[in-house]
Amino acid sequence: MARIVLAGNLRLYTEGVTELELESGSIRSLIRELRRRYPDIPEDIEDELAISIDGVLHQDDWFAKIGPDSEVHLLPRIAGG
Amino acid sequence: MAAAVEKIFDDTVTDRETRDKTLKWVGTRAPRPDGVDKVTGRAKFGADTYLPNMLHGKVLRSPHAHARIRSIDMSKALALPGVKAAVNRDDFPDHPEGAVQPAGEMVIDYRDMTRNIMAREKALYEGHAVAAVAAVNERVARQALSLIEVDYEILPHVIDVEEAMKPGAPLVREDLITEGVEPAPEEPSNIAKRVEFGHGDLDVGFARADVIIERSFKTQPVHQGYIEPHACLASFSEDGQAELWCSTQGHYVARGHCARLLQMDVSKLRVTCSEIGGGFGGKTVVYLEPVALALSRKACQPVKMVMTREEVFRASGPTSGASMDVRIGATKDGRITAGEAILKFQAGAFAGSPVPAAAMCAFAPYDLENVRTIGFDVLSNRPKVAAYRAPGAPLGEYAVESVVDELAKNLAIDPLEFRLKNAAKEGSDSSYGPKFGPIGCVETLETAQKHDHYLSTLKPGQGRGVASGYWFNIGGQTSATLNLCEDGSVALVVGTPDVGGSRASLAMMAAESLGIELDKVRPLIGDTSALGYNMLTGGSRVTFAGGIAVHGAAVDMINQLRERAAATWDVPIDDVEWHGGQAVAVNGYKDQEGPMGMLDIAKDMAKSGGPIVGRCSTNAQGAGPSFGCHIVDVDVDKETGKVSVARYTVIQDAGKAVHPSYVEGQYQGGAVQGIGWALNEEYIYDKNGKVENAGFLDYRVPVCSDVPMIDTVIVEVPNPTHPYGVRGVGETPLVPPLAAISNAVENALDIRFTELPMSPPRVLAAIESAG
Amino acid sequence: MAKKHITTTINGDPTEFLCDTEQTLLDVLRDELRLTGSKEGCASGDCGACSVTLDGRLVCACLVLAAEIEGHEVTTIEGMAVGDQLHPLQQKFLDHAALQCGVCTPGFLVAAKALLDRNANPTETEVRYWLAGNLCRCTGYDKIVRAVLDTAAVMRG
Repeated sequence: MARIVLAGNLRLYTEGVTELELESGSIRSLIRELRRRYPDIPEDIEDELAISIDGVLHQDDWFAKIGPDSEVHLLPRIAGG
Repeated sequence: MAAAVEKIFDDTVTDRETRDKTLKWVGTRAPRPDGVDKVTGRAKFGADTYLPNMLHGKVLRSPHAHARIRSIDMSKALALPGVKAAVNRDDFPDHPEGAVQPAGEMVIDYRDMTRNIMAREKALYEGHAVAAVAAVNERVARQALSLIEVDYEILPHVIDVEEAMKPGAPLVREDLITEGVEPAPEEPSNIAKRVEFGHGDLDVGFARADVIIERSFKTQPVHQGYIEPHACLASFSEDGQAELWCSTQGHYVARGHCARLLQMDVSKLRVTCSEIGGGFGGKTVVYLEPVALALSRKACQPVKMVMTREEVFRASGPTSGASMDVRIGATKDGRITAGEAILKFQAGAFAGSPVPAAAMCAFAPYDLENVRTIGFDVLSNRPKVAAYRAPGAPLGEYAVESVVDELAKNLAIDPLEFRLKNAAKEGSDSSYGPKFGPIGCVETLETAQKHDHYLSTLKPGQGRGVASGYWFNIGGQTSATLNLCEDGSVALVVGTPDVGGSRASLAMMAAESLGIELDKVRPLIGDTSALGYNMLTGGSRVTFAGGIAVHGAAVDMINQLRERAAATWDVPIDDVEWHGGQAVAVNGYKDQEGPMGMLDIAKDMAKSGGPIVGRCSTNAQGAGPSFGCHIVDVDVDKETGKVSVARYTVIQDAGKAVHPSYVEGQYQGGAVQGIGWALNEEYIYDKNGKVENAGFLDYRVPVCSDVPMIDTVIVEVPNPTHPYGVRGVGETPLVPPLAAISNAVENALDIRFTELPMSPPRVLAAIESAG
Repeated sequence: MAKKHITTTINGDPTEFLCDTEQTLLDVLRDELRLTGSKEGCASGDCGACSVTLDGRLVCACLVLAAEIEGHEVTTIEGMAVGDQLHPLQQKFLDHAALQCGVCTPGFLVAAKALLDRNANPTETEVRYWLAGNLCRCTGYDKIVRAVLDTAAVMRG
C-alpha cells in the first residue's frame, strides 16, 4: 500500500487526517479513492495540487504510476516567475 | 527502435569529466542565434510592430485606492472625432466565483481576472483600469480619456498587511471568508487563506534546544522592474478571428486567458510573442491584451496599447510586502531542533499571493525533524501581486536565513559550517514533505567554504554575510518540432518565449542529440498556431522541459532518418544506427552501405516517403530543484547610511549548464535584483493610498555603478530526469541575496536589521540610535 | 495645429518628417520613421533605453523634442553597424553574452560607443559611472562592463 501524505490545507477535508495508506496505481486513481473516502474534497482538486511520487514532482499527470511501496505527498501547485 | 539511438545522458557514467568529453555543443559558449538582431536594434519587442489603419488604445485608471464605481459615462468620449471605440465593465462578461482552471502555472480565478483587467463594482487600487478607448492617435486617445465621466464613491483603504488583518479594517471584498480555517469564520475579513505545512512536534523540538532565537521581519512590495513596459497589438477581423502580438512570458497562456475573457474559441485567436524585454514572472498574466482585443473587436481595426512606466508601477503586479515571524531553536553544537515561521503576505486586490510556496520552502535548505510554517494570504488596496522569480521564496528565506545566521553567531559556529551541520541531502525529508532526490545543497555550501572570496580577509569596517537559497522548479506542457529542410539543415520550432538565451540552449541540445553542426540548426519561436500547447516561460522550466521536448523531437527525427536509410539500402531497420549525425549500417551490413548524413537523406526525402518532421509534445515531470549559496561583502558609510556591495559571489547548482554564459547571466542578474530589493527598492504610498514613486528615478533599482563584478560558480549535480542532467536555474538566484546582504550588514555594524530595504535613511537612523 | 516640418540628418542620411510640437525625438524615431531600435522604458530620461547621440552628444531621445533637431545630426543604434560589419562593441557584447532579453542593449551600445569615442582607455569605475544612466534588469551589468573594457582594449590595438 502506498503511503500518502497530505500537506497544507487538505487535512481540512479529511477531518485532520494527514497520513494514510491507499491502494492505487496512478495519480488519477489516487484522487478518485481519496474523494470516495472524503467526499468533501472538490472534484477539481487535482488542478490545485503538485504531487511528489518518491521525491519526483508531478503536476497535471493523471497517469503517473504509483507503486505499492511508493511515498506520495500531495502539495499545493507550484508556480514560478 | 529506440534502442538504436545513442543515449545522450549516460547516468551510469558517474565521472562528469568522462561524460562531458563526449559532448560537442552542450556545455560550450556557442554564439547566440538571435544575438545579431538584438545588438543592431532589429529585434521586435512588444511595441515595435505597426499595422496599417492602426488605432492607439489608452486606459482610464482609478485615481482612488478604493472606491465604489457608481456610474461610467463614455458618451462624450465616443463623440470626440477620431475615437473609434470605448470599453468598460459592460463589455466583459462576468465569470462565476472559483472558475478556476489550470492555466500557465498559477491557479486562476476568472472572476478575479476579469475584474483585474477592468474594474466592475469597485476600483480596488490606484491605477485600476476603469475604462479604455481606441483612437486614431495618442493625443486624441488621451483627450478622450479626459471626457469619460466616472462617479466614484471613495471608500477607506488599507495597504499594509498587518493593518489589513486587523478586525475593523476596510474590506477589499465584503464577502470574503478565510479559507483554510476550521471552523470557518463567521465574519468576512481581508484574509483570503490560511495555509500550514510541517512535520514533527515543535514543542518537543524547542524543549531540546539550548538556544532559541525569535525575530519579526517586515518587507515592502517590490516590482520585477522589467525595462520593457507591457505592450500589445490586437487585430480583430469582422468574422471573429483575431491576431495578437504581445510581449509575454507565455503566448499560449495569454491566448487562453484572452479567449476566455472575450468568450471566443481559443483556436480563433492566434498569438505571436514578440521579443520580451524582461518578465521575471510579471508578464505571466494579461493586463492590456484582453482590453486591446475588445477595442479592436468593436472598431474592426488594429489597436495598439503600451503601458507607460508610471502605469507599470501603478497598475501591474509587484510582489508581496510581508510581515514574518521566525523562531528557530538549536543545540549548542549547532544542530537545529525546531523551526517555526508565520508568514503574512500581501495579495493585493485579489487573492493569490505566493505565501504557500514561501511557507513550503522557507526551511528547504535544512533537514529538520520538527518544522512548521503558517501562511496568510491577505487582500489590500494594491495591484494584485504577480510572480517575481521564485515567488515567495526570497521572503521566506530572508527571514529564516537571517535567524540561522544569528544562531550561528550566538553559538560561535561559522555560518557555513552551521548550515552544513543541518543541510538537506539526497534522502532527507524536505521541510515541505517529500524526500529529496539528488540535490546540490551540500555541494554549494562546501564550494563556498573553499572559495577564495570566503577565505579572503575583509578590509576594516567591512562585513561579510552568507545565505542559502532554494527553488523547486517545474516542468510542464511543452512541444517542439524539428523540420528537415531539403538541404539537410534543420528548423527547430519551439513555443516558449526567450527571455535570456534559451534559443541558444535549445538549438545546442538539438544539435547535440542529432549529432550535427550547430549552425545547421535554426531555432525559431512559433506562434500559437505552430505547435501543440506550451506552458509559459517561467518556473525555471525552459531549458529543462524544452530540452526534454527538443531531445524527444530529435529522437523521433532520428528514427525516421534511420527508416529512410534502411529503405534506401534495403537493409532491416534494426541494422541501421545513428552515429555522429549519420545513418550507418551495422552488423552484417557494415561496410556494405552508407553512411548517409542529413543532406543525403534530405535531398531524396520527397521520393523516399515525404517530409521528415521530428515531433515531441510532452508534459515534463521531475524537474530538479536548484540550491544556491551567496557570499557578499559590504561597506557601510556611517555618515550617510549607504551600504555598498564590495564583493559578491553566487554559487549554484545547475545540474548541467548547457550554455555556461547564460547560466552565469541568470546568477548575476538575480543577485543584482536581490541587491536592489535589500538596499533600496520599495513602493512608497501617501495617505490616500497613491504611489509616490512610480518611476525609475525614485523607485531605485541598481545601476551599473552600484555593484561590483558578480562572480559565479556553477556547481553541477546532474538531474537524472533530463537527457543532459539539466536543472532549472533562473529563479534560485533571487532567493539568497536578501539575507546574505542583511547578514553582511550585521557583520559590519553589529546591528541586525529586520526590515527591508536597508536604505540609507534607515541604516543611518539605526546607527545613530545604537550610539 | 499644423504639424511642423523638420529637416535633419539621421545616421548620416538626410531625413524629413512631420511632427506635433509635443512629440519627442523618441516618438518620431519610432512612430514616424520606424527606427524602433531605440526603446521607451520610462519616457522620463531615467532608463537610457532611448539613448541616441545628438551632434555627437549622448542624450535620451525621450527628453529631446522632435522639433529641436531641425538642422542637427542624430545617430541611433541603427547606424552603428556598417553594412554587414558589426561595430566591435556589438561583436563583443555577443561574445561576452552581455545581453539576455536585449531591450536595454541598443541604449547601452550607443552609450558605450559615446564613452569610447571620448576615452579610449576607461577604467572599470569610469565605465560603470558612464553607463549609470542605462538600466539593465537582466544581466546585473557584469558582462556588459567586461564587454566594454574588452572592446576598448581591442580598439586600442
